Amino acid sequence: MTGLKDATAIVGIGQTAFAKQLPESEKTLACRAIIAALDDAGIAPSEVDAFASYTMEETDEVEVAKSIGAGDVTYFSKAGYGGGGSCATVAHLASAIATGQATVGVAWRSRKRGSGPRPWKNTAVQLPTPAQWTRPFGLLRPADEIGMLARRYMHEYGATRDHLFNVALACRNRANQNPAAIMYERPLTREMYMSSRWISEPLCLFDNCLETDGALACVVVSAERARDCRQKPVYVHAAAQGLPAQHHGMVNYWNDDPLTGPAWTAARHLWKHSDVTPEDVDVAQIYDAFTPLIPLSLEGYGFCGRGEGASFTEGGALEIGGRLPINTGGGGLSEAYVHGFNLINEGVKQLRGVGTAQVPDARTCLVTAGEGVPTSALLLTS
Amino acid sequence: MADPTDQALLTPVPDDDGAPFWEYTARHELRVQACAAPDCGELRFPPRPCCPHCRSFDSTWRRMSGRGRIWSYVVPHPPLLPAYAAQAPYNAIVVELAEAPRIRLVGNLVSSADARLDSVDPDRIRIGARVQAVFTETGGVRVPRWVLERP
Ligand SMILES: [Zn+2]
Repeated sequence: MTGLKDATAIVGIGQTAFAKQLPESEKTLACRAIIAALDDAGIAPSEVDAFASYTMEETDEVEVAKSIGAGDVTYFSKAGYGGGGSCATVAHLASAIATGQATVGVAWRSRKRGSGPRPWKNTAVQLPTPAQWTRPFGLLRPADEIGMLARRYMHEYGATRDHLFNVALACRNRANQNPAAIMYERPLTREMYMSSRWISEPLCLFDNCLETDGALACVVVSAERARDCRQKPVYVHAAAQGLPAQHHGMVNYWNDDPLTGPAWTAARHLWKHSDVTPEDVDVAQIYDAFTPLIPLSLEGYGFCGRGEGASFTEGGALEIGGRLPINTGGGGLSEAYVHGFNLINEGVKQLRGVGTAQVPDARTCLVTAGEGVPTSALLLTS
Repeated sequence: MADPTDQALLTPVPDDDGAPFWEYTARHELRVQACAAPDCGELRFPPRPCCPHCRSFDSTWRRMSGRGRIWSYVVPHPPLLPAYAAQAPYNAIVVELAEAPRIRLVGNLVSSADARLDSVDPDRIRIGARVQAVFTETGGVRVPRWVLERP
């Protein structure tokens, strides 16, 4: 069965500015990103008949379709679990288009996390299960929950803060090459990292993503249609979602093996349906809400063995020219944290050959969604 | 239920499956849900309607010794909700139970049952350290906390 393999392609990408604070509403930002993506593809908004976003998205498809002047919409979908749903939006559109349910799909994310309220402050609605087992004890924020896994990971495998710094540095170095990144022209040093304030020990300020206002979108059509579009097609070679057996969301401490998260499940499916292996990946955009997600994901997606994710980051492996350049736009840590949608668009830029930190001759790019929650991933090829 | 905007720590809001856990802690008992099927008996946490091993809907609550080991810990710093910020930096720990290491409970390591969340110096917290459950009341709900077996 060939399934989704190369049946569809991303032909347009769009984004707004990224900033700590933008004056426009989430709905306005969403419309700007979507119209920019359609313009990039050379496709009229009236041709859009499919929409996909993720849960926690406040702009719904009814409002967006009306605003941009979409035609009759025959497919719409929202993938769950916040940042875990980023790649699933493209996967759902690819499925819909490959099975004839729609012809032109738009995926988007619009957020005002920089200037808006932080979701973890709204703890009252989260307190019934499973939060009743964590929030009362002061495990309040995602950083506290991932910090707990990170401490155990460091204990089991001898990982150090220097390994986490390697991740933060690679992302910052790429952002320093990307004029659209929030951390453009703001270099990071080891001294800055080691002396920064704690958020939740063992995680410091620079282990955490940026709170950002901004929106992004992309356009998915069939591979056949893609040949007539304005841009070089970037094929959806494989896609996967992952919700492991006995998984418990961010607080995976109740799983038999909490250090093997959803990435492992998504990866097994992704590679099974791909013509390529991890060794063939030229560049990766790995969801980086927190630095420890990178070593965990490197292991999950098979770039190294279990427990080797931290040492994988040594010797500039994640930098341009290294073994696996990651997050070439700066990622959530240093470009913008828009629930990982910037990682999708950056993957497209790399395969078009127009990245601000371009990996020479990049032909294959892995993009991942939030690890630690039910997740998703894409293997993009040119 | 505490108003989360006030200065009180958050209190657990039980669901149907979790309610017995809190009823037992009110009696200073640490109990974990177990499958009641005769050939199964698997413990499960968090509580839920049926057993993932044998699909039985019969369950019981098995009393634990309250002994465990620290599996991991974090030390949260502000920004935090006001009541937590007032005790920050404090610790949050995950304890694996002595008789069921795959049952892990989130809690706090304290110097005594009613002590503040920051009453143990973070430098003294070690993964693997043996701990014992104690109980304290917060916002009208009795919750488990943990003390070092050898302080
Ligand atoms: Zn059973």
